[in-house]
Amino acid sequence: MSPSSSSPAVSERLARKASRHISERIIEATLFAAAAVSIFVTVAIVFILVRESVAFFQQVPVVDFLSDTQWTPLFDDAHFGILVLLSGTAVSSTVALAVAIPIGTTIAIFLSEFASQRTRETAKPILELLAGMPTVVFGYFALMFVTPLLQELMPELPGFNLLSAGLVMGIMIVPIVSSIAEDAMRAVPMALREGSYAMGATRLQTAFYVVLPAAVSGIGAAYILGIARAVGETMILAIAAGMQPKLTFDPREPAATITAFIVQVALGDLPHGSIGYQTIFAAGLTLMLFTLLFNILGFWLQRKYRERY
Amino acid sequence: MSSSAPSDVALIRAEIRRRKRRDLWFGALGVLALALALLTVVTLFINMLIDGWARLTPEFFTSFPSRRAGQAGILSAWVGSLLVMLVTASVAVPLGVAAGIWLEEYAPKHWLTDIIEININNLAGVPSIIYGLLALGLFVYTFGLGQSIRTAGLTLALLILPMIIVATREAIRGIPQSIREGAYALGATRWQMVRHHILPYSMPGIFTGVIIGMARAIGETAPIITIGALTFIAFLPPAPLVGTPPFVNFEWLSAPFTVMPIQIFNWTSRPEAAFQQNAAAASVILVAMTLMMNGLAIWLRYRLRKNLKW
Repeated sequence: MSPSSSSPAVSERLARKASRHISERIIEATLFAAAAVSIFVTVAIVFILVRESVAFFQQVPVVDFLSDTQWTPLFDDAHFGILVLLSGTAVSSTVALAVAIPIGTTIAIFLSEFASQRTRETAKPILELLAGMPTVVFGYFALMFVTPLLQELMPELPGFNLLSAGLVMGIMIVPIVSSIAEDAMRAVPMALREGSYAMGATRLQTAFYVVLPAAVSGIGAAYILGIARAVGETMILAIAAGMQPKLTFDPREPAATITAFIVQVALGDLPHGSIGYQTIFAAGLTLMLFTLLFNILGFWLQRKYRERY
Repeated sequence: MSSSAPSDVALIRAEIRRRKRRDLWFGALGVLALALALLTVVTLFINMLIDGWARLTPEFFTSFPSRRAGQAGILSAWVGSLLVMLVTASVAVPLGVAAGIWLEEYAPKHWLTDIIEININNLAGVPSIIYGLLALGLFVYTFGLGQSIRTAGLTLALLILPMIIVATREAIRGIPQSIREGAYALGATRWQMVRHHILPYSMPGIFTGVIIGMARAIGETAPIITIGALTFIAFLPPAPLVGTPPFVNFEWLSAPFTVMPIQIFNWTSRPEAAFQQNAAAASVILVAMTLMMNGLAIWLRYRLRKNLKW
């Protein structure tokens, strides 16, 4: 048929080549399967949250879920007003961002525009260590150190409160904001800075009038990542903010967030399939929707305000 | 006109001085902000060290949790953490590295590739407690894996998967194209090229990412609480290695467990001060562990940047 069949040496080599192609294909398929696992994870998350939430909303009308001002899912007189948990999440995240955004931005500007190479090389790893701390330890710190400290200033402050949890959460988020904002500022081309210096601007003026506007999309993305992190943070709030659901906008009060509520229910022993069990998935779906919203917002912001050089 | 010139110069000089002063003030503010962040870590660690110092004895490591705070220890917690990490690493590392290799070396320019990429970025931003809910609904109740070491290990593996994929991709991206072309020129197939060139050269970078991922996993509390693992564990899971053939034993995978952060949370939520001391002591150990892992990763990356010049 072909010359290869008459010559055994050639046919053996061709045969080996063929098997090589097959094994290459198998390997490629295996690697693709590994990459596809991430898709499976997302689908599974959405499927699980939606499946249990559908069961939940068959018993609780969506209108009640969105408008009720009480959250007592485990009581006989059950109320399911997610606003209560959202208020806790909103207050604690606001406190955290009030700490993280100014400090994080200042550090980012300082490291990118003011600090020497050596300072930057030392400071960045230390900030990374701060970001790598287990959050349960931050929770302990908020409860056992920051709250007593704040009680010195505000004697009427309860032992559990959103304020100290939010403050510690803010410090935890600082490295996230600062490192992404700094990357964005460092990506601004040197020529822009040099132009500004040539016009007689100081470093501070260059930083605020040239570098910050040029890096605004990256800095916005850093803030949004910070917000998403604050909204999803669990342990600090579960430990230091108390776990009683309460509709409040006062950071000095104890309150439960969405995440703290999930922890609280998981600590108990709820039977699979009960309304209490389904509640945490409805709460989780709400949290997931907010995270998704922030992700989309960040994506859009980056598209819209990106400066190209 | 000429008479006003000297005062103009003086005005300009004053303005320059004022602006330079502002520069200096901002520099000081930056140092202050950095110091605040640093000071928090130091205060946190010292505070815990003071609170927990009395409890940091050898017996603390070799005792089970107890109803009497003075006799309680972290034996079941650190053994549990170790075993959960073993499962996490053996699932997340092969999956993450394989996915990273596919995305960098194999993936066609294709809508499916775009979806996978966007999806991995989104997964990195999903709050950890959502992974806990996923594990509760899927692993515990749908697959029936129970509240066991393998459920916890799998959950944390999914959690750190995006981190390992991103680290792998970054490490591979740093390898110059000429290496690939050289391998192809010698007749290597794509996998031979990956296996003999891409993987070895990207290994240190991947390893750094793996350590950071594991440091994150070992401190994660929320997803493990969510799968319902907050229980009083005063026994060890069956040993993975046994003296009789076949020498390995997989019963430990389905054993109930506790881990370090859960134990800390448990002690923190007790009202008695003696248990708070235990929490502080265990926190010191957990923080020391994560600091060491992160420190190792940072050091590795520094070495890497210094030694590797293509």
